[in-house]
Amino acid sequence: MQDFVQLWVYLSTTPLFGLTATIVTYVLAQALYLRLGQAPWANPVLWTVLVLAVLLTLSGTPYPRYFSGAQFIHFLLGPAVVALAWPLWQRRGELRRRAAAILLAGLAGGAAAGASAVAIGWALGLPGELLRSLAPKSVTAPVAMGIAEQIGGIPALSAVFAVLTGLIGAISGKYLFDAIGGLSMQERGFALGTASHGIGAARALQVNADAGAYAGLALGVQVVLASLLMPLVARWF
Amino acid sequence: MPLLTGLAWLLLCQSAGEVLVRLLALPLPGPVVGMLILLFALRLEVVRTPVGAVADALLAHLSLLFVPVGVGVMTHLGLLSTYGLRMLVAIVLSTWIGLVVTALVLRALLRREPAQRAEP
Repeated sequence: MQDFVQLWVYLSTTPLFGLTATIVTYVLAQALYLRLGQAPWANPVLWTVLVLAVLLTLSGTPYPRYFSGAQFIHFLLGPAVVALAWPLWQRRGELRRRAAAILLAGLAGGAAAGASAVAIGWALGLPGELLRSLAPKSVTAPVAMGIAEQIGGIPALSAVFAVLTGLIGAISGKYLFDAIGGLSMQERGFALGTASHGIGAARALQVNADAGAYAGLALGVQVVLASLLMPLVARWF
Repeated sequence: MPLLTGLAWLLLCQSAGEVLVRLLALPLPGPVVGMLILLFALRLEVVRTPVGAVADALLAHLSLLFVPVGVGVMTHLGLLSTYGLRMLVAIVLSTWIGLVVTALVLRALLRREPAQRAEP
């Protein structure tokens, strides 16, 4: 028993622990998600995050120790953002033809999401620092952190808000779109990518290739628009 | 090997993006500029084939990459216990508003598209 405790103490302090825990939990959550016919509420990111957060809290493992291993996965967010050029390139003809509609819809949806988040938070009496962290939440996590830093929010909190936003879109989007009715896969995907970035896009990619491509496009449009415009708008407040 | 070459191109584009952002003091994150650079570089066959393979693999598991940041929620339990419910209300409602506005605006704009001409 003593040996086991020593072994655990050793393992839990190496980066191997965070990396293994993340990938193993995700693989299990993904298998369960597929088994359940990709039901939105069975979202693998949601369950992986919940299981890991509970495990770390129960075992008294501090987040930085977990992150020392998980950072290898986190790092890939940068190359993944670069890789978004690929689905855009594959549909370049269609996108060029629809450029104006795509930019306008991205601008309208991104502005509506960001402004309503800040307005609702303000009406509910949240402090300014939290409002500034809420503003970039529809942009993919690594970019949301950068924007939060520029406009005086808390980067780590923005990243968490961004992940929550992504999950909410991925989980509830299907029901919302069905309620509206008459939306094409492109329109659904584009809305998911605009309002809930990479996690919404991941959901769209799993459901339909067209929806996935438009979600990837929307995510890219949102990243460019938000990084350019949000610091300018924030100066007025 | 194509996977490795593709990853090399992605990292090169990202690095070029980071350098440009710092040199020109651009208000964009480095990976975003890297994406724009790659969009131009994809015209080249040597870039396109390997990048296509690695991009499909990476984007298929995009959601995994958000897990480490998401687990960070455990470090903000204090803020969450004070403002959690209000923050959740703001996030849920604004996400729904964003989804609906985007979908409806795009649908309205695409409906006005002229009927497609037959491709020559």
